[in-house]
Amino acid sequence: MTLQFNVEGGDFARAGYASSQIKKILKEIGVDPDVIKHVVVALYEAEVNIVAHAYHGVITADIEKEGIRIVLDDAGPGIPDIPRAMERGYSTASPEVREMGFGAGMGLPNMKDNTDSLDIESVVGKGTKVTMYNKFE
Amino acid sequence: MTVKDIVEKFGLKVYSGASGLGREVKGGYCSDLLSDVMGFAHEGSVLVTLQAHKNVMAIASLKDLAAIVLVKGIKPEEETADASEAEGIPVLGTSEQCFEFSGKLYDYIEGK
Ligand SMILES: Nc1ncnc2c1ncn2[C@@H]1O[C@H](COP(=O)(O)OP(=O)(O)O)[C@@H](O)[C@H]1O
Ligand SMILES: [Mg+2]
Repeated sequence: MTLQFNVEGGDFARAGYASSQIKKILKEIGVDPDVIKHVVVALYEAEVNIVAHAYHGVITADIEKEGIRIVLDDAGPGIPDIPRAMERGYSTASPEVREMGFGAGMGLPNMKDNTDSLDIESVVGKGTKVTMYNKFE
Repeated sequence: MTVKDIVEKFGLKVYSGASGLGREVKGGYCSDLLSDVMGFAHEGSVLVTLQAHKNVMAIASLKDLAAIVLVKGIKPEEETADASEAEGIPVLGTSEQCFEFSGKLYDYIEGK
């Protein structure tokens, strides 16, 4: 099963929509609740990163027998230094975004901690592609 | 323990989501950083926070939190209250600040 969602930069009101849809479907097909919890944390953070840092993006989720692969492909400024961005506490979020309680620099570390694999490719000035995988067992 | 027990014990305001007053309370979490709540709050927790905008409800729903308590008399934004109604997750309020309220809630939940 493949699902797709569009995400617009700056649209905080809708942030979390894809995460809640995917949560619902994983529940329906009887995936282990602990696995669902991890997927939801990682996906929400990745979704918010498009909203907070990029212009727009597409989320593609492939639900297979063994697990779920989610690709988040955005057009945006890209990430110049990925290892730096992965550090807990590192954030370039604007003051407005921080005031809302985002921009703690915990998103990418949360994604790392809640996935079985996380891969980030980024081209500065073009965009970022995040691929994450969670096994179902 | 249900959300209703907490409302009655502390005389909390029920701003929205009254249909969820029967939700079971398993613990509490105190934070204004949404990624912190997302990463570390547990299902069934009461979230004590200053954040009154809609994203806090998105998180409450994704994490299956029991309720949100806004401290210092802060009221939920309209969209937050709407989402709380739709999800059946109560948004509550106290005039106390985070430290005072969390301390009392902790003792109550831990049965002290
Ligand atoms: N999709 C993205 N496009 C551009 N930059 C990003 C993206 N995702 C993350 N970043 C960069 O990595 C930093 C750290 O991300 P994260 O750990 O999620 O923290 P936060 O979002 O709270 O700033 C961000 O501040 C931003 O500079
Ligand atoms: Mg982030």
